[in-house]
Amino acid sequence: MKSLLHLSLSVNGETVETAVAPYKTLLEVLREDLNLTGTKHGCELGECGACAVLLDGQPVLSCLVVAAACEGRKITTVEGMAGRSGQLHPLQEAFADLGGSQCGYCTPGILLTAQHLLEKNPHPTRDEIAEALSGNLCRCTGYNQIFEAVEEAAARMRGPK
Amino acid sequence: MSDKRTPRNTVGKPRRRVDGRAKVTGQTRFADDVALPRTVYCKLLRSKVPHAIVRSVDTTKAERHPGVLLVLTGKDFPITFGILPVSQDEDPLARDRVRFVGDPVAAIVAKDEATAADALDLIEVDYEILPTRATPLDAYENPAPRIHDYGEEGNVHKRVSFQFGDTEEAFGASDRVFEDDFFFQGNTHLPIEQHASIAAPDQDGKLTIWSSTQVPHYLHRSLARALAIQAAHIRVIACPNGGGFGGKTDPFNHEIVVAKAAMILGRPVKIALTREEVFYCHRGRHPVLMRFKTGVKNDGTITAMHLKTFIDGGAYGSYGVASTFYTGALQTVTYRIPRYRFEACRMFTNKPPCGPKRGHGTPQPRFGQEVQLDKIAEALALDPAQLRLKIVEQPDTITANYMHVQTIGLSDCIKSVVRRSDWAGRFRKLPHGKGLGLACSSYLSGAGLPIYWNKLPHSGVQLKLDRSGGVTVFCGATEVGQGSDDVLVNIVAEILGIDPFDIRCITGDTDLTPVDLGSYSSRVTLMMGNAAIQAADRARDLLAQAAAKKLDVPKDRLVFAERRVFDTEDPNKGMTFQEAVILAETEFGTLGTTGSYTPPRSPARYKGGGVGPSPTYSYTACVVEVDVDPRTGWIHVPKVWIAHDIGRALNPVLARGQVEGSVYMGL
Repeated sequence: MKSLLHLSLSVNGETVETAVAPYKTLLEVLREDLNLTGTKHGCELGECGACAVLLDGQPVLSCLVVAAACEGRKITTVEGMAGRSGQLHPLQEAFADLGGSQCGYCTPGILLTAQHLLEKNPHPTRDEIAEALSGNLCRCTGYNQIFEAVEEAAARMRGPK
Repeated sequence: MSDKRTPRNTVGKPRRRVDGRAKVTGQTRFADDVALPRTVYCKLLRSKVPHAIVRSVDTTKAERHPGVLLVLTGKDFPITFGILPVSQDEDPLARDRVRFVGDPVAAIVAKDEATAADALDLIEVDYEILPTRATPLDAYENPAPRIHDYGEEGNVHKRVSFQFGDTEEAFGASDRVFEDDFFFQGNTHLPIEQHASIAAPDQDGKLTIWSSTQVPHYLHRSLARALAIQAAHIRVIACPNGGGFGGKTDPFNHEIVVAKAAMILGRPVKIALTREEVFYCHRGRHPVLMRFKTGVKNDGTITAMHLKTFIDGGAYGSYGVASTFYTGALQTVTYRIPRYRFEACRMFTNKPPCGPKRGHGTPQPRFGQEVQLDKIAEALALDPAQLRLKIVEQPDTITANYMHVQTIGLSDCIKSVVRRSDWAGRFRKLPHGKGLGLACSSYLSGAGLPIYWNKLPHSGVQLKLDRSGGVTVFCGATEVGQGSDDVLVNIVAEILGIDPFDIRCITGDTDLTPVDLGSYSSRVTLMMGNAAIQAADRARDLLAQAAAKKLDVPKDRLVFAERRVFDTEDPNKGMTFQEAVILAETEFGTLGTTGSYTPPRSPARYKGGGVGPSPTYSYTACVVEVDVDPRTGWIHVPKVWIAHDIGRALNPVLARGQVEGSVYMGL
């Protein structure tokens, strides 16, 4: 019953082949089988948002997604946000500069959720940012510096007027 | 920074923290991210009953389960542990008693987590159920059976009683005496990262453990005791914590269990707790029932205070003895209280153990004290802000209970939030259901005494410099999200005049770093910071001696800035930082310096006076606007104004994050 399941995934633009126990969640496959530990295991109950990744461009809680359902699909994790030669994504730059990340445990999930927001909406209001991130809990910051970092990143991504 | 020196390089400037890049790229390596070859996985069987004698634990079936490598029970752990020397009352796995739902009884190590979890169901535990004491009053009224066979008597864990001056006489001479009861519910830390540990024997058979702990030094001591291994053969690496807030300041069952299992199996053993298990670990803020009796003159001046606290400790000692003292130790540092009496009583109950959470035992009575002050202001027809300003403690004062208040910026904090919130124009003037409230607080900048008696430094820092121009700083302090690595690097960069990103920082590793007592009680910036200043000053002096000789200028004319060492009177006359290091290495040999910090001796020289002293206290005042729906009772907080007396903000980005995060957690 625990024979392994063959999976082919597109992770951060690379096709990966792996064989995993069929009961495993996407979170477990990313962290344990693919060594992508940037995605964090939080509550594993779908409540905290620490494990959020993008699945076919949509934010999902990877602790609630069965890996078997991801065959052939595109997954973006925090490891896939930065460009070559160490060029950080504007969201990563802004979070690092403006205190959007303290302990850093909620950060990968928040960055990916925010990336999805800014792709849909380059001019989000504070309320829209708060709503987009409402499924991502942070215990350190009080959120203000997170919201400001998203606003700063949005401005940098829109470029000079 | 020392008084004679004005920061010119990095201190005080808002900057990206040195570990900021790792945090946003997912490269910060938390304990559960540590992956080692041949790792096997551990799960704990936790009691499903709140209070029982463990008659027997039958592990036969679990041991035969395919994929199970090891089953451990209380028989494998004859030695107890606990954070305080006076409360070594925890078994790594229960030997004869479980005291709360969640108390660990047995451990399974298996090839994977799922197999270990399956095998837990195969362990048969025979419990003899004992009565459950769910509340402190229940535990007090029913002294038998005792939850522990130590403590004061019955289920009383710890009593405290202090009398500083004749409070009864002062109450008699007061215009008014107020008596009020308050209850603080208690709460838990809930860091987003669950506790995780991985232990492994290293090449020469010694033990290494990576753990999400705020206190690698105390874990080091606890492992040595509980496993009867000499401390020099144990290496504790505190991984960056995914939030702590006091919840990772105890040594825990799971840490001792995986360490033992790794030594038995000769391979890495990992455990990652579930969210549910973290609630069982708890060590959250104690629920406290309190009675404040406060005498005042008609102008609001306090004549005396008598505080009684009745504390729900949960099932184990943890930090509880210290927490008990803390429910009364700091009442005197915000306002002038000339006479003070304090009595406390901590009870054992059959619930997860309470411990330290942000403010360790002091937010509970602070809440009662501040609400009572509002009631006093109301009764005396005084403005609550003006009343507080009138009675604020004075700088450089010894309080009734011998706490030394050095500087105090509380008045400025009150004035700031009163002005910004338009207090004068809005207090008692808003429509029904809306209001403003003001409260103040104070806390340590590190505890003046360690948790085990010694005269050793509380924090140590080492610096290594070599001809590459590279600087490495070592300290036992633990990065729990607050930014301690950045504080450490910032101070060294400031003194040596180099970029923070030029410095490598190694922290929280008992093999590599000098001892720091841990990331708790708001101690790290002050204590590690002063140790870092000493180490960096000594390194700077070596470089300055060598550079001064080469440049033929007096040493005290040299400036360290912008990766250069130069003559303040002729900035062109100088050299690069790297050249200065090479000169110093040539002159003095291999370069390394140390710094250490020990707090000043406290004036509190009575038994119990070890809890409360601090090298200095921080202060805060806060105005909160509250909307209450009169129909539903629903509370909404549209705005908070807060001011903190924190001294100098070393990195304003981090200081702001600490304040905002604490406001949010307070709500």
